[in-house]
Amino acid sequence: MDTYLRRTAMWYGGVGLLTARVFVNLALPPKYFRLVIREMETMGVRSLAVAMTAAVFTGMVFALQSAINMARFGAEAYVGPIVAMAIFRELGPVLTAILVGGKVASGIAAELGSMKVTEQIDALRTLGVNYVKRLIVPRLLAALVVFPVLTALADVVGVLGGMMIMYIERGADLHHYWTVTSYWVLPRDFLTGIGKSVFFGGIVTLIGCYNGLSTEGGTEGLGRATTATVVHVAVGVIVSDFFLTKLFLMMFW
Amino acid sequence: MAIVEVNGLTKRFDAVEVLRGLSLTLDKGETLVIMGGSGSGKTVLLRHIAGLIRPDAGSIRVFGRNIEHLSEEALLPIRRRMGYVFQGAALFDSLPVYENVAYPLREHTSLREREIRERVVHFLSLVALGDEVLPLLPSELSGGMRKRVGIARALIGEPEMLLFDEPTAGLDPTNSKMVGELIMELRRGVCDTSIVVTHDLELTKTVADRVAVLMRGQFAAMGPMQDVMDTSNPAVQAFLSGEAR
Repeated sequence: MDTYLRRTAMWYGGVGLLTARVFVNLALPPKYFRLVIREMETMGVRSLAVAMTAAVFTGMVFALQSAINMARFGAEAYVGPIVAMAIFRELGPVLTAILVGGKVASGIAAELGSMKVTEQIDALRTLGVNYVKRLIVPRLLAALVVFPVLTALADVVGVLGGMMIMYIERGADLHHYWTVTSYWVLPRDFLTGIGKSVFFGGIVTLIGCYNGLSTEGGTEGLGRATTATVVHVAVGVIVSDFFLTKLFLMMFW
Repeated sequence: MAIVEVNGLTKRFDAVEVLRGLSLTLDKGETLVIMGGSGSGKTVLLRHIAGLIRPDAGSIRVFGRNIEHLSEEALLPIRRRMGYVFQGAALFDSLPVYENVAYPLREHTSLREREIRERVVHFLSLVALGDEVLPLLPSELSGGMRKRVGIARALIGEPEMLLFDEPTAGLDPTNSKMVGELIMELRRGVCDTSIVVTHDLELTKTVADRVAVLMRGQFAAMGPMQDVMDTSNPAVQAFLSGEAR
């Protein structure tokens, strides 16, 4: 128990210290901007299919469940705004962060972890290269752009999925569905979700980088770091989602 | 003039005290060989000198500057004045040999591609490697070739001091001899000051000006090769004759 608490405290402390170091090294030399672009391609383009598939099916299942159950209260007309609000505020940013974040962060942890165990990070350090600027900041900057963009796309696809299933399954009038949705859904519903996704992008990347850099114990340790990253990302996103929601409600409601 | 001065260096990993109050100096133009058995703390000492690890106690002065409390960012310009050759070469495995050796130039200079290529080819030729290895990935090289590429990468920034971590470990006798001769050749022009960590007695005899024998976190003997060979310390004698248990 004592060891577990100590390890947990060390992990949070380590992520905090890494975050502080990232802020100190946030300014990148111009030649590193191509790394940011490359990371955006790795994170964004390669995660597009999984994020959109999840979004469209989430929108569809949410609409289907809402329609059947809200019909019991005679409130089926409000399925559109309910689906859109749920996707914009929670499902879009959280699901995208967990799915894409798990994929991105475990990839980062595996790459940095293998560099760590084969002394390639130490090699960078001995060559006088600032590894935080070279390996971490470009990934973080890319994530701060990619996660909101993917979330915005997931929002659109999710809402369209919900709309489509309401048309096919429940015979909803698309014009009416859209009119009710756009009447009730406000820009802040969308923007608070996008705001969350920026934080999620940051959290996910820092977790992946820290777990990679703190890998110990050769290939076995590398495997442990990679799988632990998926769990850390999921828990980190879900827990921080609560606090971000509370914060945004206090600020913008 | 001392390039490296270590005083009272102590380092503990969990319950194990790896270095216990070590002191050493390295003068310009000198090659110091640090010998010791596996787990004696040789590599840990070398990593302290490169600023890769912070000591628990003691001071480390490199190029006239105390480095033990410097931040990672402040250490970078000091590290650029030294070259570190890793035991496993630590080449960037996703980059071909050319990009590995060119890496320090791309990071720290604004040289044109043609000049970078000339330098890469020149430093690879110093370690007896030709143009044909340029496009190869590290995984396509033999152990000896990887080590030599690692040396070329450490040299290309024209360091004032070289740190070798077990440069002959895992090499066959021919390659080991070649590395020893290479270190001697480098002294005659490219970089005349170095610390070599090894347990290879033949290499030590070839390159050492001074030898320090590290045992249980302390130097059991230090001085010119012959003095160390003639030491009356039975533990050192046992180590050098391969009879230490």
